[in-house]
Amino acid sequence: MIRHLLSAGDLSLEDATLVLDTADEMARLTEGRAVKKLPTLRGRTVVNLFFEDSTRTRTSFELAAKRLSADVVNFSAKGSSLSKGESLKDTALTLEAMGADGVVVRHSSSGAPYRLATSGWINACVVNAGDGTHEHPTQALLDAFTMRRHLGELAGKKIVIVGDVLHSRVARSNVLLLATLGAKVTLVAPPTLLPNGVDAWPCATSYDLDDALAGADAVMMLRVQNERMNAAFFPSAREYSRRYGLDSRRQALMPPEALVLHPGPMNRGMEITAEVADSARSVIVEQVTNGVYVRMAVLYLMLAGTNTTEEA
Amino acid sequence: MTPILIQNARVLGGDPQDILIDDGVIVALGAGLRPEGEHSSVDATGLIALPGLVDLHTHLREPGREDAETVETGTKAAARGGFTAVHAMANTDPVADTAGVVEQVWRLGREAGHADVRPVGAVTIGLKGERLAELGAMAESAAGVRVFSDDGLCVHDAQLMRRALEYVKAFDGVIAQHAQEPRLTEGAQMNEGELSGRLGLRGWPCVAEEAIVARDVLLAAHVGSRVHICHLSTKGSVEIVRLAKERGLPVTAEVTPHHLLLTDELVAGYDPRYKVNPPLRTAEDVAALREALADGTIDIVATDHAPHPVEAKDCEWDAAAFGMLGLETALSVVQHTMVDTGLLDWAGVADRLSFAPARIGRCDTGDVPHGRPVAAGEPANLTLVDPSTTTTIDPSTSASLSRNTPYEGMKLPGTVVATFLRGRPTHSITAGTTGGHA
Ligand SMILES: [Zn+2]
Repeated sequence: MIRHLLSAGDLSLEDATLVLDTADEMARLTEGRAVKKLPTLRGRTVVNLFFEDSTRTRTSFELAAKRLSADVVNFSAKGSSLSKGESLKDTALTLEAMGADGVVVRHSSSGAPYRLATSGWINACVVNAGDGTHEHPTQALLDAFTMRRHLGELAGKKIVIVGDVLHSRVARSNVLLLATLGAKVTLVAPPTLLPNGVDAWPCATSYDLDDALAGADAVMMLRVQNERMNAAFFPSAREYSRRYGLDSRRQALMPPEALVLHPGPMNRGMEITAEVADSARSVIVEQVTNGVYVRMAVLYLMLAGTNTTEEA
Repeated sequence: MTPILIQNARVLGGDPQDILIDDGVIVALGAGLRPEGEHSSVDATGLIALPGLVDLHTHLREPGREDAETVETGTKAAARGGFTAVHAMANTDPVADTAGVVEQVWRLGREAGHADVRPVGAVTIGLKGERLAELGAMAESAAGVRVFSDDGLCVHDAQLMRRALEYVKAFDGVIAQHAQEPRLTEGAQMNEGELSGRLGLRGWPCVAEEAIVARDVLLAAHVGSRVHICHLSTKGSVEIVRLAKERGLPVTAEVTPHHLLLTDELVAGYDPRYKVNPPLRTAEDVAALREALADGTIDIVATDHAPHPVEAKDCEWDAAAFGMLGLETALSVVQHTMVDTGLLDWAGVADRLSFAPARIGRCDTGDVPHGRPVAAGEPANLTLVDPSTTTTIDPSTSASLSRNTPYEGMKLPGTVVATFLRGRPTHSITAGTTGGHA
C-alpha cells in the first residue's frame, strides 16, 4: 500500500481494489452492530488538518478514525492567523512535534498535501481530503465503492460526470480512479468548464448531456457554484439548468437501473432537481454512509501495523 | 593602481591575446605584450574574455525588502556572475517613481562598488497604472534613467502605454513592458496547458502575453518610439517580434536564462522554486526562444534576478512568491543552452549579454559606459570565463541574500573566473594574479 494518499492516480488497480474490498469488510463489521468500534488503530493519532471548512468531510474522517479507535485531533486553521502562507509548514512542524501518525489535510491550495508529504516537514502519512481544484481521492473511492455495490465490478461500465469539471477536484480524482478500475468515463460540461488539456485525460468529453445519458450506468452530478456565473463561465443559472441540469425528463433518457450520484452539497434546482435527487435511483445519501467505510479502509491500510516512520 | 596584464585570453572566443589595463582603461591589446615597469599579470590561458556583462532586468529589492536583497549583496552577486552593470527594476518599496528614489539606488550602487547600478524608473506612479510618473525628472536626475518599466505589472491601459511611449522620446528613453494581460491571468499560477489542468492550478495562457506584445509593437510603430519587451516566454511572442522586426518596427526583446532551459513539467511536484512570472513554458517554447536568441529576433538575455526570502518559497505553491535568482548562473545557463548546443558563439554571447543590453539601456555612452568593444582606449570592463569547467549549483554559496535558485543541484558548465570594473577586480576566484614585470 502507498505511504501517502495524495492523488487517486497514485493507486494501482491492486491498491484501489484492496481499498474497496477493505471498505466492504469495514461495512460488514460495523453495519447493524450496536458497538461500531474496532480496536485496530488504538494508540495511533490521526489529525484532521482543515484549512478550509468542510463539516461533511471532516466529520466523515473523524468518525472513521474513531471507529478504528484512533485518537483524533481536529485542527481547524480556517479563519485563524494560520490561513495564510507559511502556516502550512509551521503547522506541520507542530503536528510532527505532537507525534501525529496520520494527517488528513484539506486545503484551498492545489498541491498543499503534496508539499506536506514531500517537503520533509513531517513524517506522518498524509491523506489528501481535498486540495484546491486538484483532487479529492477519498471522495472518488467512496463514489466507486457506492457504484460497485450496485453495479458490481466497474470494468466496462459507462459513467457520466456532469458539470463544473474545471474547478472540481471530485471530477479529477474520479476520472483517474475510474480509469484504473476500467470504467468508461464521459465528462459533460459547457466548453468553458472543461479544463485545458482534458483531451489527454483517460476519458471522453461531450458538450451534450442528452446524448451522453443514453446507456449510462451511473450519472454523477457536480456542484455548480453560483459565482461561476458572474465570471462568465455560463450566461445564467437558468440556461445552465436547461442544458446541464438533471431533471425527470433527462432521467427518463437513462437506462432504468442507472444510478444518480452527487458529492454534495447539492444546489437543488440548479444542477439537479429535488425530484431526481430524492428518486429511487439516487444513491446520494448512501454515498455519505459509504464515505465512512472507505475512509476507515484508507486509514486502516495506511496506519495499521506499519511503523509510519519507515517507508511502507 | 598598478597596471594589469591579462595574458592569453581568448577575446570574444577568438585567438589568445594579451590585454593590458592601466588606470581603468584597456591600453593595449595584442599577442605577446611585454609592458615596461611594475605590473601584475593574470594567466588567462584557456579563458574567454568578454566585455563586462550588462543586465537590463535585475531586482535589487532595496529600498523596502532588504531581507531579500540589498544593492550591496545584489551587485556582489552580479560581479560574481560576470556583470559590471545592472538595471535595477522599479518595483521597490517605495517604488522608484521619483528622481529621489532612483538617485538613492544609483548612489547605493556607487558606494558598494561591485557593479554600476542603472536604476529603472517606474512608468506610472506607484506602479498603479493610472498616472505617468515624472519620467523626465528621473531622466534628468543623477541616475540618468533611460529605461522605464512597471515590471511585475503590465502597463495594460492602451492609452497610457501610448502616452508613455510618446513621452520618453524627448530623452531617448525606452518603455520596458512586462507583457501580461491582467484579466486573462487573474489568479494564474503556472503555464496554461495540459499540466495546469491536471494539477488544478490556474493557467497563465500564452495569449495573455502575446496579445500585449502585439498591441505594444503596433503602438510603438504608431508613435515612432522604442518599446522593449521583457522576458519573452512563448513561441507566439517570438513570432510577433519577428514579424515586427521584418517590418522594421522599433522593438527589442529579452529572454531570461530560465526560459531558455526549464519547462513547465518541473511544476508537477508543486515545488515553488519553479514558480516564476511569466511561467515556465513548454519544450516547444524553449526551442523557439533559443532559436530566436540565436537569429537575433530576441536581442538580449536578461536575468530577471528576483530574490525572495526563504519563507516566501518554503510553503505551498499558491502562497509562494513568483521569481528566481539569476545573476550568478546566467552565463552558465547561456553556455549550456546556446554555446554548447552550437546555436551561438562567444562573440554572440558578448552581443546578447553586453553590447546589446547596454545599447538598449543607453548606457553604452556617457561618463561610465558599458557594453563597449574590447579594444584599446575602451574602459576596462571585462569578464573572464572558463568554459571547460562544470559546477554543481549550490545556493548556500551564493552572494545573494536569497537562496531561491531553480538550478540547485544541477550541473552547469562554465565558471566566471574574474570580473573587472574599470580595471578593478570586483570578483576573482584565481590565485593566478602574480606580481611581476617583464
Ligand atoms: Zn516582469
